[in-house]
Amino acid sequence: MNDLLDFLSFSDPNVRFVAFGTMLLSAAAAIVGCFAFLRKQALVGDAIAHSILPGVCLAFIISGTKNPIYLLIGATISGWISLLMVNYISNHSKLKSDTSIGIVLSVFFGFGILLLTAIQHSGNASQAGLDKFLFGKAASLTSDDVTIFGSVAIALIFVVFLFYKEFKLISFNSDFARSIGLPVNFLEFVLSSLTVLAIAVGIQAVGVVLMAALLITPATAARFWTHQLWKMILIATILGAFSALLGTYISYLYPSMPTGPWIVVCLSFIALSSIFFAPKNGILPQLKRQQSNRLKIRNENILKLFFHLSEESEDYHQGFDFSTLLESRDFYPQELTKGLAYLKSKNQIRILNNKWHLTKLGLIEAKRIVRLHRLWEMYLNKKLKLAPDHVHNDAEAIEHIITPEVERLLEKELNYPTKDPHQSNIPYTD
Amino acid sequence: MASFWIILTGTLIAISCSLLGCYLILRKMAMVGDAISHAVLPGIVLAFLFSGSRETIPMLIGAACLGVLTTVIIELFHRKARLQSDAAIGITFTWLFAIGIILISFFADNIDLDQDCVLYGEIAMVPLDIFYLASGVSLGPRPVWIGGVTLILIVTFIIWGYKGLFITSFNEEYAKAIGISAAFWHYALMSSVSLTTVVAFESVGAILVVAFLIVPAATAYLIVDDLKKMLLLSALFGTLSAISGYYLAYTMDGSIAGAMATMTGIFFTIVFIIQKIRAQKATQVPNF
Repeated sequence: MNDLLDFLSFSDPNVRFVAFGTMLLSAAAAIVGCFAFLRKQALVGDAIAHSILPGVCLAFIISGTKNPIYLLIGATISGWISLLMVNYISNHSKLKSDTSIGIVLSVFFGFGILLLTAIQHSGNASQAGLDKFLFGKAASLTSDDVTIFGSVAIALIFVVFLFYKEFKLISFNSDFARSIGLPVNFLEFVLSSLTVLAIAVGIQAVGVVLMAALLITPATAARFWTHQLWKMILIATILGAFSALLGTYISYLYPSMPTGPWIVVCLSFIALSSIFFAPKNGILPQLKRQQSNRLKIRNENILKLFFHLSEESEDYHQGFDFSTLLESRDFYPQELTKGLAYLKSKNQIRILNNKWHLTKLGLIEAKRIVRLHRLWEMYLNKKLKLAPDHVHNDAEAIEHIITPEVERLLEKELNYPTKDPHQSNIPYTD
Repeated sequence: MASFWIILTGTLIAISCSLLGCYLILRKMAMVGDAISHAVLPGIVLAFLFSGSRETIPMLIGAACLGVLTTVIIELFHRKARLQSDAAIGITFTWLFAIGIILISFFADNIDLDQDCVLYGEIAMVPLDIFYLASGVSLGPRPVWIGGVTLILIVTFIIWGYKGLFITSFNEEYAKAIGISAAFWHYALMSSVSLTTVVAFESVGAILVVAFLIVPAATAYLIVDDLKKMLLLSALFGTLSAISGYYLAYTMDGSIAGAMATMTGIFFTIVFIIQKIRAQKATQVPNF
């Protein structure tokens, strides 16, 4: 607990630099990442991140110093070249964009490694620490670094705010943006430059390989919680900054732990939880909804079966044994057993002498489903002029979905019909 | 002799990767290959911890399983959570790679692996890792043997499964219609990619596996349309890159694996430009 308080008080200047530095970098990457995500450029971000390495090495070779500004310029230029090459290769050959991303990524990175190792072997004393670009150097951020990268991050956030509406438009529909006279090429250039810049500074926190995560994982997590862009950006920013703080805290407690990978693991944990559990779009809630829909359809089909079987004799409470029910509609035996048990628990059917009977409650429900089915057939036949033998399958699906409001509208629209297109009675409950 | 063993190891790995890469490109799965090559890291580290060495079969199997698991997770996110495929790939491999790095830091004392080695391997150490028989007879470097066995396995797989891989790569629907399981060949291919990645990992590292997987195959694809020719050309470009890469590294005194990857890029650029010029000549209006 004391550790946490010590950490949060930021009394240690080193902790202060590292925490604020990584939070700013992650937040900036998360904001730009939302647009990259929407423009389906997640892996392009990965390619840019890898391609920054030769730029950094060349900047070092040319300038002879590790001045962060020179390195940043080198990084931005080679990041930009890689972006142009990815686009050029996929536009001017039969290679698909993922292949051209893979080519640019691995070749630039390989070249970067070659330069980096050549610099290391050259015996130049000032090169020490250049390899920090590979895995990030969050733990050794100095006040100079934080000033430079922090101001880049803030400038970046400012530009996004300034062009928010334009960026939003070109991310969702750039053809429309062009048609209303927006300078789309210029805006795309600005947005791509921001992405390259965010990656170039973000690498300071997590390194080349994990940079894609800083860009794309917060946006992915946020996407599962909202459909509105400004909310998505806000959530992504908070997640990015929070994970950066958490990662810094972990490596503060255990100094042997690398900060960058922990930031990514925290981010990924949040994203994975969102993917699985987010109430509306998560995998598990979706599966649950699908399952409950399936069960509803099964139960309603069983009730409908009772109605159809007794329609001729008009004795709606007569009993049927299990095998009769099973033969009359293709249920799996297990499915039918479970459905009958459920309906019995809801008092919609009961069992007497091994025969199943509809109860009054069950009859009302069965009539409702058959009514919806036949109303819909009627509607398709009368209003959409479909032949009577073409309407059944459609009605079979929609009968489980029609709400009471739609039911009333259908009745009114069709003027309370009594017969469906096949001349069967439409059962009303009195 | 040392340079011979290094070049031989690089060539063996390059050929295995280039052959599999052809299928990855045709199936539009180049970046899945990239994801697998990163995601096997935690599997390698864990297997290392449990077995205490690099050479055991369980390690290969464990890491290969993780590679297949990666593709399953990507599919799950893409299909079930309706997440766009680039984001699904991006978050999956970074997450597993980060866990791998953390495991390496956590067990730093017990593991003879470091972060740099993960990225660009230690192919220069190949000649030092000699494989001795019980009687003390030297059989040459161990990585050469492992690379050779892998290459034989991959070539056998491609010859034996040529038809299945061919049909499922080009027309999945047709494959289903004539009773060929697309899922079987998909996972068989993914397992081979994982296996090759793990084998290549200690020699050339994670990123450079990707260079060998994607670039020679893409170069070959620029030139030919026929799968058999593409496989042969791809292997040829892989071999040329490995050999010339060694001498580039020697000249620049840098990482051999990095230089080999650079060479794949240079061959790609040359072929790309030649194809471009030829296409331009072909479209020019003939001058009578």
